[in-house]
Amino acid sequence: MDDKLLITPAPHISSVKTVRGIMLDVVISLLPATLAGIIIFGIRSLQLVLASVIAAVAAEAIYQKVAKKPVTVNDMSAVVTGLLLALTLPPDAPIWIPIIGSAFAIIVAKQIFGGLGTNFVNPALAGRAFIVAAWPLHMTQDWLNPMTHDAITGATPLAVFNNTGTTSLGVKDLLLGLRAGSLGETCIIALLAGGIYLIARDVIDWRIPVGYLGTLALGTWIFGSPNGFFQGDWLSGILLGGAVLGSIFMATDYVTSPVTPTGRFYMGVGAGIITLLIRVWGGYPEGVTYAILFMNLVTPLIDKYVVPKYYGYMHDIQARKAAAGGGTK
Amino acid sequence: MKESKSSLGFDFIKGFIQENPTFALAIGMCPTLAVTTSVVNGFWMGIAVLFVLTFANVFVSLLRNFIPDEIRIPIFVILIATPVVIVELVMKAYLPAIYEVLGIFVPLIVVNCIIIARAEAFAYRNPVMNSLMDGLGIGAAFTVNLMIVGGIREFLGTGQIVFGSAAFPSVPFFEPAAVMLTPPGGFITLGILMALFNVTIGAKGKTND
Repeated sequence: MDDKLLITPAPHISSVKTVRGIMLDVVISLLPATLAGIIIFGIRSLQLVLASVIAAVAAEAIYQKVAKKPVTVNDMSAVVTGLLLALTLPPDAPIWIPIIGSAFAIIVAKQIFGGLGTNFVNPALAGRAFIVAAWPLHMTQDWLNPMTHDAITGATPLAVFNNTGTTSLGVKDLLLGLRAGSLGETCIIALLAGGIYLIARDVIDWRIPVGYLGTLALGTWIFGSPNGFFQGDWLSGILLGGAVLGSIFMATDYVTSPVTPTGRFYMGVGAGIITLLIRVWGGYPEGVTYAILFMNLVTPLIDKYVVPKYYGYMHDIQARKAAAGGGTK
Repeated sequence: MKESKSSLGFDFIKGFIQENPTFALAIGMCPTLAVTTSVVNGFWMGIAVLFVLTFANVFVSLLRNFIPDEIRIPIFVILIATPVVIVELVMKAYLPAIYEVLGIFVPLIVVNCIIIARAEAFAYRNPVMNSLMDGLGIGAAFTVNLMIVGGIREFLGTGQIVFGSAAFPSVPFFEPAAVMLTPPGGFITLGILMALFNVTIGAKGKTND
């Protein structure tokens, strides 16, 4: 590549950050949640994580070799995709599920559309959406009980919560992740630690997770209880399910989230609303995947309409009023 | 009116490569996505289009010197609707099971892009024999395309391919992916096939032009 003439999408701000450095930060921030998942759901989780990461890196290398493109597996973005996909899986899923999911995520959702920077949706979530649609039984029934690692028969805590508006789990268990759920979504403390690390390192913008979880909490409080409005258990609403994982690590993907701070806030709010719609009125127990994928699709629209006001700029209407009113204000 | 000087063989074979309706021209997408959940469905849809296309091409070409330019599209539609009704009645009578599956997509052949496009772009300005070969070539290519898309979706979606009473034995350890039988599976299959076509066969066809 010619280093002197760089052709990149906006914004054109030079910085010392590199793709590899950012991706490394994301991997570091995901380690606590991954470790927590392995401790809570057993060594099986480690196999899923390894299979997913190796498959993602291999898919990227093989595709780039076959398509005669420069092989960019060193930028770690495939590792992040594979890791994120593994963390969204039920812990008892068969080992080929993450392999096919990662391959789909990398080849179909990322490389065919031009590779890192030009994918239109988050690859890990696209891979997850594909395997949910392809093998729905594995993705909705292969749950494990925490610590005891035996298979669950019956509804997951989130499904129970969506139907009844209550959960038998205490806040302490929810924070520690001692509940059935996807491999890496349960241990909220580990996820928050990773999120704080990323915000402190200036890798992600706090507006997306805060907007997302805030909207979801507010919406769950208002609509989340079958007994009436304003009685929902908002804390369990955000601690159950994949909202914390999705809002911190997936909705904040640079390529598929808006550029402006206001736009990012809107993205979080939009994803929160869609998650709530799917959970409370929809047919699926969890809506985080589709909420973020949908907001990925409208990201170009948000970027088009949410432009920062620069100094001295007046809106058309304001300008006309100012001209008509003589500008006394 | 400019008459084509291309050979009959070229007019037949171009439907598979340079003017492949599905993968190069990207027309006739509606049946391609909607009915290709199995090889058999793809085959019969393709045969129906092949018949209508050849019939319409021949008659448009025969009448091309009598059709007034201003009202050619309504006349094309009449010439296309006639074989569509024939196909529909024959299918209803002799292949009721297939007709049940293809349903609305058989009468919709009237407005299929491929047929209008070939009438307008080819048959209207070419001799009868060339138009006949064009119709057969494009129709055969369309049939093959539908069978490929249908075959991939049927195999991945059900784990086997059924031909009449014979079925390929299912592969051990293979769990069918339900998504391949749904519309997203159709789009994914078609998109990947189109990309593969254009980096392999399509690219060669362009350099030969």
